[in-house]
Order: sequence, then C-alpha cells, then structure tokens
Amino acid sequence: MTTFPFKDIPLPLPAPELFLQGALVLAFAAHILFVNLVVGGSLLTLFFQIRGLKDPKFDELAHAIANTITVNKSLAVVMGVAPLLLLNVLYTVFIYSSNSLTGFAWFLIVPLVTAAFVLTYAHKYSWDAMADNKPIHIALGGMATILFLIIPLVFLTNTNLMLFPDSWSRVQGFFSALVMPNVLPRYLHFLAASLSVTALFMVAYSGRSSDILGWLQRHRLHKGSLKRDFYGIVFGVTLVQFLAGPLVLVTLPSQGLSFFMLAFILSGAALAVLLALLIWKEMKSPDSEVGNRFPSILVVMTTIVACMVLGRHFYRETALQAHKMEMKTRTAAFVAASEQAAYDAANEALAPKDPLVAGKSAFDANCAGCHQLDKKLVGPSVLEIASIYASNESGIIEWSKAPGKKRADSPQMPAMSHVKDKDLAAIATWMLAQKK
Amino acid sequence: MDFPLFHMDFFNNRILIAGVAILHVLINHALAVGGIPLVVWLERKGIVTGDERWDALARKIMFTFFVVTTTVGAMSGVGIWFAASLVNPAAIGSLLRVFFWAWFVEWFIFVTEVILILIYMLTWKSWTGEKKKAHFRFGVFLSVASWITMALIVSILAFMMDSGSWLTDRSLFSGMLNPLYLPQLAFRTPLALAMGGAAALCLVPFFCKADQEFRAKAARACAIWTLLWLIPCIAGSVWYHSRIPASMVGNMAVALTTQAFTDWYSLLNWVLIGAVATVLALCFFTVLVPRRIPSAANFVPLLALCALLGLFERVREFIRKPYAIANYLYSNGYRSEDTSLLQRDGVLVHSAFARVRKVTKENTLEAGREVFLLTCTRCHTTTGVNGIVDVVERMYGTKATRAAWDAQALSNYIASMHNARSFMPPFPGSEAERDALSAYIISLRNSPRTLEGAQSAGVGPLAPKEFP
Repeated sequence: MTTFPFKDIPLPLPAPELFLQGALVLAFAAHILFVNLVVGGSLLTLFFQIRGLKDPKFDELAHAIANTITVNKSLAVVMGVAPLLLLNVLYTVFIYSSNSLTGFAWFLIVPLVTAAFVLTYAHKYSWDAMADNKPIHIALGGMATILFLIIPLVFLTNTNLMLFPDSWSRVQGFFSALVMPNVLPRYLHFLAASLSVTALFMVAYSGRSSDILGWLQRHRLHKGSLKRDFYGIVFGVTLVQFLAGPLVLVTLPSQGLSFFMLAFILSGAALAVLLALLIWKEMKSPDSEVGNRFPSILVVMTTIVACMVLGRHFYRETALQAHKMEMKTRTAAFVAASEQAAYDAANEALAPKDPLVAGKSAFDANCAGCHQLDKKLVGPSVLEIASIYASNESGIIEWSKAPGKKRADSPQMPAMSHVKDKDLAAIATWMLAQKK
Repeated sequence: MDFPLFHMDFFNNRILIAGVAILHVLINHALAVGGIPLVVWLERKGIVTGDERWDALARKIMFTFFVVTTTVGAMSGVGIWFAASLVNPAAIGSLLRVFFWAWFVEWFIFVTEVILILIYMLTWKSWTGEKKKAHFRFGVFLSVASWITMALIVSILAFMMDSGSWLTDRSLFSGMLNPLYLPQLAFRTPLALAMGGAAALCLVPFFCKADQEFRAKAARACAIWTLLWLIPCIAGSVWYHSRIPASMVGNMAVALTTQAFTDWYSLLNWVLIGAVATVLALCFFTVLVPRRIPSAANFVPLLALCALLGLFERVREFIRKPYAIANYLYSNGYRSEDTSLLQRDGVLVHSAFARVRKVTKENTLEAGREVFLLTCTRCHTTTGVNGIVDVVERMYGTKATRAAWDAQALSNYIASMHNARSFMPPFPGSEAERDALSAYIISLRNSPRTLEGAQSAGVGPLAPKEFP
C-alpha cells in the first residue's frame, strides 16, 4: 500500500472498540432517521404547497407537514452530535484528514444549516401573514429545501473521502472529492430513502395528528385515501431504489467489499421486495382498511434500515482495516522512540560540564536571538556588555532579571527571571571572559 | 502536526474558532443558561400574582430565546467542533479521547434539553389551568438541564488550562476535577444568569409597547435579577483569578491587549472596572426610576457584559499558551514529551503528510515552507493576521531600519524564543529545520507569497521514505 505514513493520537480509546462501533451504528441510525424526515419533509412540503396554488386544500396539508420539520430538525442536530463524537474518536486521523481536504465546504455546513433553520422558521411562522404572497412564501420554503439538499452532499463527500486514504493525494479541494464516482449514486440512494422514510412517517402521522385529522374532516376526505397517497410515494421510491441500490454497489471501490457487508446489503434488498409487496396490498385495500398492515411494514422498514446501516459500517471497517493495522504499528514505534529520546536527553543533561562551555550553551539557548558576539543585533553586542560591566558579574545577573529600557533604538529586553540562577551566573562568567 | 493541515493564510485559522466559539458562548450564556431561568421566574410571577401580563411577556421572551438558541445557538455549538477539527485536530482529538464520557453524558443531557425546550415552548399556550403548574415545572427542569450542559463543558475548558493530576494518573475524573474547575464554574454561572437578565431587559420595550406601567415593572424585575447575580459573579471572578497559575498571569498583559498594545494593559484594567461599574449603575437606576431610562440604554448592560465575556474568553484562550492542553500538548499540536525526539530527528521525517522529509541544500525553501506549515501555522500566517514577517520585524527591524535580516541570528532566536516569550512553545524541529525555516521567513519578507492549506493545495504527492 502506498499511502501516507500517518500515526494515531497516542492516547487509548476511552472504551472497547467494539462497544464504540456499536454505539456509532445505533447513534448514526437515529441521526439519519431525523435527517431523512427533515429532507423528505421539506420536499413534501414544497410539493404540496405548489399543488396548493391550484387547489388551496393542499396548501393546508403542506402547513401540517411543515409543522413537523422544525421539531425534527432540532432532533436531527442533537442526535447528530453522538455519531460525530464517535466518528472523531474511532477514526480520528481518517475523518480529520478528509475534513481538512474538504475544509471550506466542510466548515460551510455550519452557516448553511443555520441559514436553513432560520428560513424554515420564517417559512413556518409566516404562513398566515404571507397568505397573499404565496410565490414569495413558497420561495422561502424552496430556499430552505435547496440548502437541506446541499448539506447532506457535503457530509457524504467527506465521510466517503475518509474511507480511501489511497486517494487523498489526488484530492485538491472539495469538488475533486465530490466527483469521486460513488458519491452521486450514494446521494441519490439517500434522497430516495429520505422520501420513503418521510412518506411512511406521514402514513402514521395522518392517523394521529389533530392538524391532519381536522383537515380531513374539513374537506370530507377519508384518512385511508390520504394514507394510500403516502403509501404510493413509498412504493414509487422503493422501485427507484431497485435501480439506485445496484448502482451504489457497482460504483463502490472494491477495497471495502466483504462477505458480511454484502450479506447485510443483499438481505436489505430482499426485504425491500417484501416491503414493496406489503405496500402494494395496502394500496389495494378499501379506505377503511388502509393502515392495518402498518405495524408489519414498520418492522420490515426498520430491519431494512438496520441492514443498510450495518452494511455501511462493515464496508468502512473493511476499507480501513489495513490502514488501521499499519497505523497502530507506526504509532507504537513512534511512542517508543520518543520515550527513548527523552530518556537519552535527560541523561545527557545530567553530565557535568565546563563552566565556560555551560555558559556558552546557556547563552545560545537564552540570549543569542538578540545578542551577537561582536555587533549589535537587537540589543548590544556581548563585547560591549563585557566592557560596560568589566568584572561585575552580579550586575549582569540583576539587570537580566529585571531589565529596564536604556536605548532608544532597541525594544525593552524581556525579563530572564525564568532562567535558573546557575545558568545566569554561567552566562555572565562567559560574557565577561569574551575579549576583542 | 501529523495531519493534512487546513490553513487560512490571511485571516488566520484562529478567527474560525474565535468567531464561532464567542458567538456560541454569548448565546449559550445569555439566552440559554441565564435566560431560561429568568423566563421561568417571570412565568412564576404570573402564576403567583395572577397578572397575565407576566405570562405573556415570559412567553414572548422565551419565543425569541427559543428561535435563536435552536438555530444559531445549536449550530454554533456544533460549529466549534467543526472549527476545532480543522484548526487543531491534535488538540480536539486528544480532548475527545480523555473526555469522551463527559461528552457522552453531555450528549444525553443535551438531548434532554432539546426535548424539554420543545415541550416548554410548544405547549405554552395549550397547557393552561390545571396543567400550568406542570408547564412551569418543565421550565425548571429545562433550566437545570441547560446549566448541567454548561457545567460539564467548563470542566474541559478548565482542564485545558490546568491538567492537574491527570498528567500522572490519566483518569477522566482527575481531568474533570482539575484545580480551575470549580472557581471557573462559580464565576460563569452567575455571569450567565446576569446576562440572561440583561438580555431580557433589551426585549422588554418591544414586548410592552402599549403598556407603559407594566413596561416599568418588567424592566425593574429584569434589572433586579441582573444586579442580584452580578454580586456572586464578582466574588466568583476574584476566586477564579486567584486560582490561575502564576505562570499564566504573566501572559495576561499580552492576552488582554495583544503583543502590539501591551502598554495599554493598566489602562484596560480601568476600562474593565468602568464597564462593570456602568452595568451596576444602569441596573441600579432601572430599579429606582425605571421610567426615566430610555429603551436604547436597556441595551448597554447586555452589550457591556457580552464585551466582558468575549474578553474573558480571549484571555482564557491566550493565557494557557504555550499549551493547548496544559503540560501535555503545545498549541502547535506537538506533545511536549516528544520534544527531545523531534529536536533530534526533525519534524519532517516524522510527519506523514510533509512533502519533503529531509532538508538539503537544494530544497531549503521548500523544506522551510513545510516546517512553517507544520510548526507555526496553527497561530501564525505568512503576511496576514499575526503574520510571521510582522512578528520578526518587531525584533529585527523593518526594511526601513534594517535592510537584511541575519539568518543565523533568526535561527538562534527560534531555538530560544520560548525562553524570552513565555507564550511560545519550544521549536520542535532539528537545527537544520530551524535554519531552513529562517531562510523561508527571510524569503517571505523579500517576496511575500500566500501559503495554501490542504483545503486547496491538497496533500500530495507522497514524499519518499527517509527514516533516520
């Protein structure tokens, strides 16, 4: 392998590695669920609000969906802290390297997410006030949606780049990491999953939210028919996933492929067939029975998500395994060499020295930045100092501990009170021994 | 430092952390830790007095705090991690390993806090009558959760200044209970509460436009709250100041005024005292004659307290130098215990991402640039903010006063700068690297050029292996 000989941070992991990995998988699943709901919720809101331009009842439905986004976005951020923490602890060098390599875009996430949140609040709380300015109001939501679409792409580019240290030397800036061949397929897969998760959430929410139940009543609609519409979205998106999924798989660089990873991904794909079947049956049910299969659909969907998240994790572990092993060896060697060097240096410092030699080396270490032997640098030359103080060693020592400002053409000397008395005395002895 | 290095050669990397962190701490202290207890207190006033105007005011103030804390507040908090991972990955990576469990607990409480703030805000109008008491109780829980999140983070901030007995036993608890922890917490808690009162005071005129009588009452309540918390805050600051290690107090002059303005140090102390006195006086007059204080003046206490807190954070960040983590990791990202090895072998040979591994006659300037990137750029730029050319000019003179700098003298100075400037870490590299660095700095003076970081220049190509 020809990659950079990077080392780990020489501090132990705070808990067993497997525990941290398990926590990462769980925490990431929780985070991505809320991210899906924010991204999918923004898209659905925008879709229904545009439909609402022709048929105002959809504008009201859009409002009900928009009300969930602000809650979900707060949870998405707070649930994102744990996976970020775990990723930083477990894959320190890998993630920090890809952070640096995509630096500006990576940091832009912070202002972009903030802006998206502010726009989302503005959109939600101005719904009634801007009732007569629909296009502007929709544009407000549209801008937030665009930001919500850009942000995951930056995250994805970064966490994808960290998996491939062999490619780091070819990356110059965010866009060169963005165009790695597997990034866009993964992004499509993510967008489809967001719509799917959100539409499924809306199936459950339609039967419980007082906002939506009231809306159904006002427009004399049956909740079964609304649920069927949302099921329709899940069904359509699942069909798209049967194209997007294989595309992700064939564009993935081979170094992360493993039996476990494929086993989880393919089980997930097989379950997706079952999911499509169950949803098809729901869509064919009469209004009063739509939703009866929701519990089994939820179980299947949760299992699919678990399979995909685990497959993703095993891919990362396999892709980084060889790098992690080499890094461990290099880190241990470095720490051992460092301890030996510190030990040698301490022994050398203990050896006795000639006072003039000691004075010269203490002078080099503490004074030579400003004082030269025979000409003025910042302060006066050593020869000038020797001629001023003649044989007054203690005069030099006292001045150096509490210097004043004597000369207009030099800055005031910093106090040398941190230098040991023994060294100051040696310096003074050496200074006075210098002759023209 | 052994990472691909992000570097902003004009603005300086530290502006990224400083900007995000100060924004976060101001919002967190004023609007969350300090602001929410004040809102809960105002809500209680409404329950006790039966005057619904208190409840309406509390709800409006809370809505403002809610929108700001769940957007800019939350994201600037996450932003500190983003910034730290770019600016000093070694420091944040080490802190995360030591304080993982503190952060993990912090995360649980953080989740609780977000859920509580959503409940508290979104149920305000619907939980009335019987349920009003429960609503108030959720406000109390929320206040406690906000305080705990701050209390945990303060232990990490204090650890960076004084790592205490962690250096020998390396355990989480000795890291958390470091000598500066409780004094800093005793200072920050009342400061945050006072800032909460000052922030609410700014909002009172907007939310009580129609009712001048109530506006005076509300302004007085906020001023009393601020005054009462300022007293323990002053006591806490004295305790905290007395616990700062002596070696750090020596850095205080530069920390407060920057290197260029150290002469203003004593003047600045008076400005600080003046600012505190102004806040006290304004709050005092608001309590006595609330109607005679114009609404513009209501902003003064908050602005003054924000300025004080910002200055305090700047001093805290600066005085721990030369360390990022006291006695363990220097601000340049190198561990103090590795100094002997690195000074013997050089930093280049041990750096995974350096473009050259060894200084030769042919590559002096290139090697010097790599050494500069590795050892200086966490704090210095070439010719931008805190630029290295400016720093050296202050010692060796400008082009007007000295035509050429002496490379050998500069190299000697770099070897000993940590003795003359107590905030500088010792130069971690070898003698040859010091010479190359000096040559590079002198070449920068003669022909200034921008140094690109890994975010635009990348890290390639891989340098040939040349271990000693």
